[in-house]
Amino acid sequence: MSKYSVSEKGFYGDFGGAYIPELLYPNVEELRQNYKQIIGTDDFQKQFKSLLKDYVGRPTPLYLAENLSEKYKTKIYLKREDLCHTGAHKINNTVGQILLAKALGKHRIIAETGAGQHGVATATVCALMGLECIVYMGAVDIERQAPNVARMKMLGAKVVPAESGSKTLKDATNEAIRDWINHPKDTHYIIGSVVGPHPYPDMVTELQSVISKEVKAQMLEKEGRELPDYVIACVGGGSNAAGLFADFMDHEEVGIIGVEASGKGVETNESAATTILGREGIIHGSKTLLMQNTDGQITEPYSISAGLDYPGIGPLHAHLFKTGRGKFVSITDAEAMAAGLELSRMEGIIPAIETAHAFAIFKYLDFKEDDVLVFNCSGRGDKDLETYRKYFGY
Amino acid sequence: MNRINKALAQDKKLISIYFTAGYPQLEDTTEVIKRLAEAGTDVIEIGLPYSDPLADGPVIQKSSEQALRNGMSTQKLFKQLQGIRDEVDIPLIVMGYFNAMLQFGVEDFCKECEAIGVDGIIMPDLPIDIFERDYKALFETHGLKFVPLITPETTVERIKTIDDLGDSFVYMVSSSSTTGGEQGFGEEAMSYFKRISDMNLNNNLMVGFGIKDAFSFEQASRHTSGCIIGSEFIRRLTNEGMEGIAPFIKSLK
Repeated sequence: MSKYSVSEKGFYGDFGGAYIPELLYPNVEELRQNYKQIIGTDDFQKQFKSLLKDYVGRPTPLYLAENLSEKYKTKIYLKREDLCHTGAHKINNTVGQILLAKALGKHRIIAETGAGQHGVATATVCALMGLECIVYMGAVDIERQAPNVARMKMLGAKVVPAESGSKTLKDATNEAIRDWINHPKDTHYIIGSVVGPHPYPDMVTELQSVISKEVKAQMLEKEGRELPDYVIACVGGGSNAAGLFADFMDHEEVGIIGVEASGKGVETNESAATTILGREGIIHGSKTLLMQNTDGQITEPYSISAGLDYPGIGPLHAHLFKTGRGKFVSITDAEAMAAGLELSRMEGIIPAIETAHAFAIFKYLDFKEDDVLVFNCSGRGDKDLETYRKYFGY
Repeated sequence: MNRINKALAQDKKLISIYFTAGYPQLEDTTEVIKRLAEAGTDVIEIGLPYSDPLADGPVIQKSSEQALRNGMSTQKLFKQLQGIRDEVDIPLIVMGYFNAMLQFGVEDFCKECEAIGVDGIIMPDLPIDIFERDYKALFETHGLKFVPLITPETTVERIKTIDDLGDSFVYMVSSSSTTGGEQGFGEEAMSYFKRISDMNLNNNLMVGFGIKDAFSFEQASRHTSGCIIGSEFIRRLTNEGMEGIAPFIKSLK
């Protein structure tokens, strides 16, 4: 049992748990009782590994970014999750959860999505497995993420607009949870991040931990040691970060850096920097750090990247933050866009805007010349071309 | 004796009405309570509106959004309810989501409720194990009944655990759904009502979700102590205003 893994009751220190209505209890309980056992079977592992290798395209490369390393006078590696099928790390989780859903005998799959990446990753595995797929997406996000909506539809998913509240990711999540309440028997809910009630944060971390396992092996090969000096990833809900951090958390000598979106700045009302602006509270069944008003009403976050504008963070990250194990940095829209452009120009890699936030930390943190940094290059920028284009005037 | 238990001890089927505080207008809260009491309602659930009401369907979501836009808050609700006991003696239950209570401070929340004369609390997303471990004693100290929920999917063993936690009534969700669905009850629901009734729990049973008229009220209360009506009441209130309250309650009898 590691210091940062989840407790028997589903807590990471003070955070996590399952603060869910009784109506949802049977669904979550069925999952809680079975997920570890199912994931642990040889059969599951065999299928999971085979799909990750041949379908997703793993292992993804660990790429030494020499130009960037030279500029910032330190050694920078990129874990190329952007090369995964569908363009981001999200599919690691959906491949795992679809196998789990099949093992549980579920034939109807629901998911929430913000920018559409998780929705696409879910629609993809549902198409592969021939399962019905319903994706809840905020009506506002449907408007601004048209290409991903089209992809989901082409893959055979039904995209249902969430018209409640602010009509974005948190509301899509609420709608998915309500759907699950209304379909307690035949439906599995594939949450896209390390959020939600226990066991989701642990389960999604476990399925994404393939990232950190590969990094270890690749580090050994390239650097002659398993452990980098720093692992760095952007954090919205925090699934790509959890996947990269997973096997390094217990090695205190590895620095952990989470990068949040501060939007137009933490002093404005348009931000998503949860560790700075949030307080302990409950969102989507989990106790965590959360952006809310004094009354506990959840406030709407803002970031130029639709994948980072979640008002909470996963309970694991809240725990890493509170214990000081993880350092959290927040990056504005402008800084992220500049970093995205820099990575494109210097390394020929156009990152997702979410991912670009992580590459903007050099303004705030200093590294030694012989430090080895591993960034999670979590997603590619294809989906963001329109935003980049408008921003830079191309 | 707590007002809820007094009501439950009567030889009649209880009508319990849920409404959203601060809706349709911010200052309507006490007026709705008074009119409900005058019309012969037996129990009132005062909904503290929440930004993300997971267990609620579209009608209550909308009324909650409107109430929040009107300026409703926890502080404001407690202020509005000052002196309500000079006006009505009907059992009052505050229903909300746990984060609102947590941010106010659970102990302060309980104290305010006691001072006002609130009789019980329903928090659908406060899990029973955490309630038992952290808050049961506190609720008891302040004379507040904790009303737990069960659904058709709740196992017999868990129902027994839940029954041990309260001593007023168990909120029986009629079907596995968010609020505001269904039209009349089929055989499956009827046999579920009877099955739970036959368990002879310590708590009385009140059925909620999907009750909208005298017919569904009669069905759902046949094996239980009565029903809770939320979405349909709010729909009436939205369409007919205050004048619609009394005729609606009478129509259920």
